[in-house]
Amino acid sequence: MRPRSLRSLLALALVAFAASACAPADAGTPTINIRIHYSHFEPSTITVPAGVPVTYVIRNDDPIDHEWLIGDAAFHARHRTGTEATHGDRPDEVSLPALATKTTTLTLAAGTYTFICHFPLHEQYGMVGVVTAR
Amino acid sequence: MVVAALVATAQPAAACAGLIGPNGAVNLLRTATFAGYHDGVEHYVTAFKFAGGSGQFGSLVPLPGVPTDVIRGGDWTLQRLVRETEFAKRAAFFGPVGAAASADAVVLQQVRIDALDVTILKGGGDAVGRWATEHGFRLPPDAPEVLDFYAARSPIFMAAVFDADAAKVRGQKIGDGTPVHLVIPTKSPWVPLRILGLGKSGQDRVDADVYLLTDAKPQMLPAPIGLNGLRSDYSAEATQSLLNDLRSDKGMDWVPTSGWLSKVVVDATASQLRYDLAISTTAAAPSPVAAGLEAPAKPLRDQSALMTGFALVAFTLIALGAVLLLRVPAAAKA
Repeated sequence: MRPRSLRSLLALALVAFAASACAPADAGTPTINIRIHYSHFEPSTITVPAGVPVTYVIRNDDPIDHEWLIGDAAFHARHRTGTEATHGDRPDEVSLPALATKTTTLTLAAGTYTFICHFPLHEQYGMVGVVTAR
Repeated sequence: MVVAALVATAQPAAACAGLIGPNGAVNLLRTATFAGYHDGVEHYVTAFKFAGGSGQFGSLVPLPGVPTDVIRGGDWTLQRLVRETEFAKRAAFFGPVGAAASADAVVLQQVRIDALDVTILKGGGDAVGRWATEHGFRLPPDAPEVLDFYAARSPIFMAAVFDADAAKVRGQKIGDGTPVHLVIPTKSPWVPLRILGLGKSGQDRVDADVYLLTDAKPQMLPAPIGLNGLRSDYSAEATQSLLNDLRSDKGMDWVPTSGWLSKVVVDATASQLRYDLAISTTAAAPSPVAAGLEAPAKPLRDQSALMTGFALVAFTLIALGAVLLLRVPAAAKA
């Protein structure tokens, strides 16, 4: 193989590798990665554009189940006394089994929203975060 | 009369275990723990008392090594230790007396003791946590960090599941205890304490009594100075009557002919209890790693991961070098 062909092949491979490593979940939709570790959200403070869909990739690195519920104060007041064992059918209510990753896409109007894990004692332990849409 | 008085003053204290029940309900009373260390072997005895209710309730206990034996503990060892130290305190009040992974967890052993199913597990924090979750344990939010804390030093855990329905069928009454005795060869003995705070919030109190029987007066880390949540409540050469009584209990024929008895009281907040109790009976100081005060050296697995990282960086540099080399003749041609 000639050096020029080899060089082109190597360059193509590097470009393909870089593209696969950096590609968003859905081109054009902003993506926010949230990690759950030791029963805390990382990051716990997030700013997103208001009025456009944003994809949240939530990775639970803990060996216990968690949940990611986002909403206003009334929403959380309802969930604090809720009895649903799991969520999953609504974009703002994500159940996360141990060591699992889930993706959800939400369009938030301008404002401040809180995300909380409402499993017993998890909120008190610090599983709380804030999304500001502006 | 002495026996009656001693029974009345015997306070239930905490076994060194994290107790987990559905919706926070804890139906196992916690009792005292005994750790004897002789000839390089830790004998760990703890008891679970039935407090009524139904269903199953679990407990996780980190261990310093793989037990060679898991048996039903003797019937009176813990009570006899309470009696020894309480009697000494009372006597002292009236005057001095003569004696003062993320792989799966591996199940190593499974033993049924009365209504208690005991499983010895080997694995990292994630693996043990997942095993516990899959087997019905409802772990509190601090469990992932606490399990990692222990697994970094010793990946061995005891999971005990108490079957309250089976206990009823067996005729066990509320307050009846099931002692468990683990025989653990180890060069670096320690007693798990941090696990006592599992599921508690920062200012919750943790109360426990830990009895130690060692060949000589032990050094402890942290030292039980009182300000750190640990208090030395008794420290004296073990009496012959105590040693004889202990030796006559089931599974206790290892008890030596002489020894040192210590009683350490844990009286701490959950946020204060970030350590375990490391013990040394030689001139060497107890291990700060065993006490949980220092992180252990990187396990071999992590070092190999680090080496893989280095290898990747080196490979990338070599590849970039190759690209530059390829570019030189091309540029020269142009």
